[in-house]
Amino acid sequence: MRKNLPEKITLAHGSGGRLTRELIELLFLRNFSNPALARLEDSAEVALGRERAAFTTDSYVVSPLEFPGADIGRIAVCGTVNDLAVKGARPLAISAGFIIEEGFNALRLSKIVRSMKAAAAEAGTPIVTGDTKVVEKGHADGLFINTSGIGLIPRGVNLSCKKIKPGDAVIVSGTLGDHGIAVMNARNSLGFSSAIRSDGAPLNAMLAGVLRAAPGGVRLMRDLTRGGLATALCEISDASGLSVEIDETVVPVATATGNACRMLGLDPLYVANEGKAVIFAAAADAAGILSSLRKNKYGRKAVVAGRVVREAKPQVRLNTAIGGSRIILPLEGEQLPRIC
Amino acid sequence: MTAPAKLENAEKYRFNSPLWRDKSLASHAFAEMRALTAQVSERTGKTVNIMEVCGTHTMAIASSGMRKLFPPGLKMLSGPGCPVCVTSQGDIDRILSLAALPEVTLATFGDMLKVKGSGGFDLNHLREKGADILVVYSPLDALAFARSNPLRQVVFAGVGFETTAPLIAASVLRARKEKIKNFSVIALFKLVPPALKLLLSDPQNNISGFLLPGHVSAIIGVEPYRFVARGHKVPCVITGFEPLDILAGINMLLRQLARGRAEVEDEYYRAVKKSGNPTAIKLMAKVFSPADASWRAIGRVKKSGLVLSPEFSGFDAVRRFKIAYREAPEPRGCLCGAILMGRSIPPDCKLFAKACNPSSAVGPCMVSSEGACAAWFKYGG
Repeated sequence: MRKNLPEKITLAHGSGGRLTRELIELLFLRNFSNPALARLEDSAEVALGRERAAFTTDSYVVSPLEFPGADIGRIAVCGTVNDLAVKGARPLAISAGFIIEEGFNALRLSKIVRSMKAAAAEAGTPIVTGDTKVVEKGHADGLFINTSGIGLIPRGVNLSCKKIKPGDAVIVSGTLGDHGIAVMNARNSLGFSSAIRSDGAPLNAMLAGVLRAAPGGVRLMRDLTRGGLATALCEISDASGLSVEIDETVVPVATATGNACRMLGLDPLYVANEGKAVIFAAAADAAGILSSLRKNKYGRKAVVAGRVVREAKPQVRLNTAIGGSRIILPLEGEQLPRIC
Repeated sequence: MTAPAKLENAEKYRFNSPLWRDKSLASHAFAEMRALTAQVSERTGKTVNIMEVCGTHTMAIASSGMRKLFPPGLKMLSGPGCPVCVTSQGDIDRILSLAALPEVTLATFGDMLKVKGSGGFDLNHLREKGADILVVYSPLDALAFARSNPLRQVVFAGVGFETTAPLIAASVLRARKEKIKNFSVIALFKLVPPALKLLLSDPQNNISGFLLPGHVSAIIGVEPYRFVARGHKVPCVITGFEPLDILAGINMLLRQLARGRAEVEDEYYRAVKKSGNPTAIKLMAKVFSPADASWRAIGRVKKSGLVLSPEFSGFDAVRRFKIAYREAPEPRGCLCGAILMGRSIPPDCKLFAKACNPSSAVGPCMVSSEGACAAWFKYGG
C-alpha cells in the first residue's frame, strides 16, 4: 500500500519516532533517492578518491537553551561528532550555522559559543566553517544551531545492520534517559533532583577505542538520541531482520532519572540521550569492548544489556525484572506526561 | 539472600528498592498465586476474575510482562480507572469547543491531546489550526500562565479522579486569593467509589475481587470502599504500583476468596492511611460538590463526579463560556465502553491494532497512557 503524505506536519513528525521515519520515507527518500541516503544511518558514506568519508548534519532546537550538564552549543557539537563516530569515522571538521532571533542577548550567545569551543576541543574536531542569520523577533525561538560534520572512515571499518548475527551482544554505553529528563526538568521547572544532568558528550575517543578493542568484532554502533534505546533497537531489528532481546535489570538507568520517569509516566528506554551509544558486537568480543568502554569517563557504566536472536517474526523484547517479558515498539509520537 | 530476608530489606527501602521488582520474590509470589488460584477454583468452580480498577495498574501489569505468568484460572480485567477513557464523548466535545474559542488558552495534561471528539478531530488537530493549547504538568503551571498572560482566558481541562481534583481545587483557591480573573476550570472529575457501585450493579458482572487504586486511596482512605466488601461481598485490596505490590495484592485477594472472606485490605499501607489525606479531602470538599457525571458508553451516573460548588461557580468554564452539553454517540465498533466495564479485553475489539492504533486511535483507551488498549498494544498481551 502506498501511503500518502499527511496534510500537515505535526510535532510528532519531528519526535524521532515512527512518524518521523514515515515522513522521511514518504518525502525525502522519494525525492532525494540515492544509495547513500537510502541506508538511513546516522551519517552517510561518500567516496573521496580511494578513501571513504562519513558526512552528517543535524539541527538543534532545544528549549531551554541551557540545562544542567550541557547547553545547546555542547549538544550541537557532540551530536554531530557522535553521528560520525558511530560510523567508525574519525571526525575531521564540523560546521556551525546559527539562526538567531533578533534581540538575543549577545553575552548569552557568547557563553553558548564558548561551550561549543570547549566541546570541539574535547572532541579534537575543529569548527572550520559557519553561517550566521538573524531573523525578526518572533520568527525563531531564541537560537537554533545547525552543525554538519565530516569524518574519515578507516580502511577495514565497515559497520552495518546487515552484519549483525544471531548471538551477537548488545552493549549499552551507560545510563539512559538523563538528557531528556534534564531538559524536561529545566523546561517545566519540575523540581526534580539537580543530580539529573544531561549526558551531552563527544563519544569519538571512546568509540574509536571500541573499534581498536575488537577489530572486526563490532557489527554496528548507533548513538541513542531522540526515541531512545527502544526506537534505535526497533530500527536495527527491522533493518537486520533479527530479534533483539534486552534485560530490564541490566539496562542502566540512574536512580534519580528512573524516579522522575516513573512519576511522569515515561519509559527511560524511550527518553533522549546525547552521550550514549549502543554497540552490536560478536559475543566473544563483548568483554574486551566493555573493558575498553569502562576506561573512558563516558563509558564507566557500560553493560551487555542483551543479545540478538533469530526468530520467525523479528521483534524487540524486554525481559522484565520479575521474569516476564514484553515487546518494545518504536516511539509513536511525542512523549506525553500523564494525568495521574 | 533468602526471600524472607529480602522482604525485611524491602521494608527498609519502602519507597524505592530494586526488591520491588525482584525476580526470586516474584517467583515465590507466583508459586503462591498458582496454589491459591487452584484452591479458589476448587471452592467456586469458576475462573477467578480480578479487576484492576486503576489504569496505572493496567500499565504496570503490561509493562512488567506479568500477564503471561499468571496461572490459567486467573484473569485480570481492566476497569474504569483511566480518567481520559471514562470521559464521555459529549464532554470531550465540550473541551474541544472551549479550545476552539479564539480568546481561550486551553491548559491540559498531555493525555488529552489525542482524544477525538465526535467530529473525528482532537486537540492536536485544533492546535494545528491555530488553537492555543498549553500542555502542563500541574494546574499551577496553568495558573502561572494565566497570571503572566492577563489577556488570555486560561481554561483548565479538569479530567481526573480523586487524585487530580485536590490539585485543581488548590489552584482554584489560589486564583481566588490572587484575584486572577482569566482562569477557569471545566470540572469533569469522576469518583472511584460510585464507579465500583456501577460495576457491581451490572447483573452481568463477573468480578471476583477488586485491586483498588493506590493513589486514589491515598487521598480518600479505606472507608469509602466498605460497601463493596460488606454490601456486595466482593473482596478488595488497595494496592501499590510496583510489580511486587501487584503480585502481593492479587495474592491477598486470592486468600480472601479461598477462605470465603470479603474485606477491604491495604497492601499499599506505606502510602495509604486509613483516613486518607485529610488536607486533600478538605480542599476537594471546599471547592467541589458531588454531582451526576457522564461516563463514556455508560451514561449519567448519580453523584459520580465533582463539579465546582456554587461559591466557586465564577471559575466554571462551562458557565463562563456557555458551553452546552450534547450527548454524542460512541465511535462505531469501538469497544471502549465494554472494556472499561471489564466485560471485554482489548483483543476482543475488531478495531484493535487495525483501524485503531496509537497514531490513529478510534477510542480513548488506545490514546491515554493509562488506557487498557494502549497497554495491550504497546507491551503485548
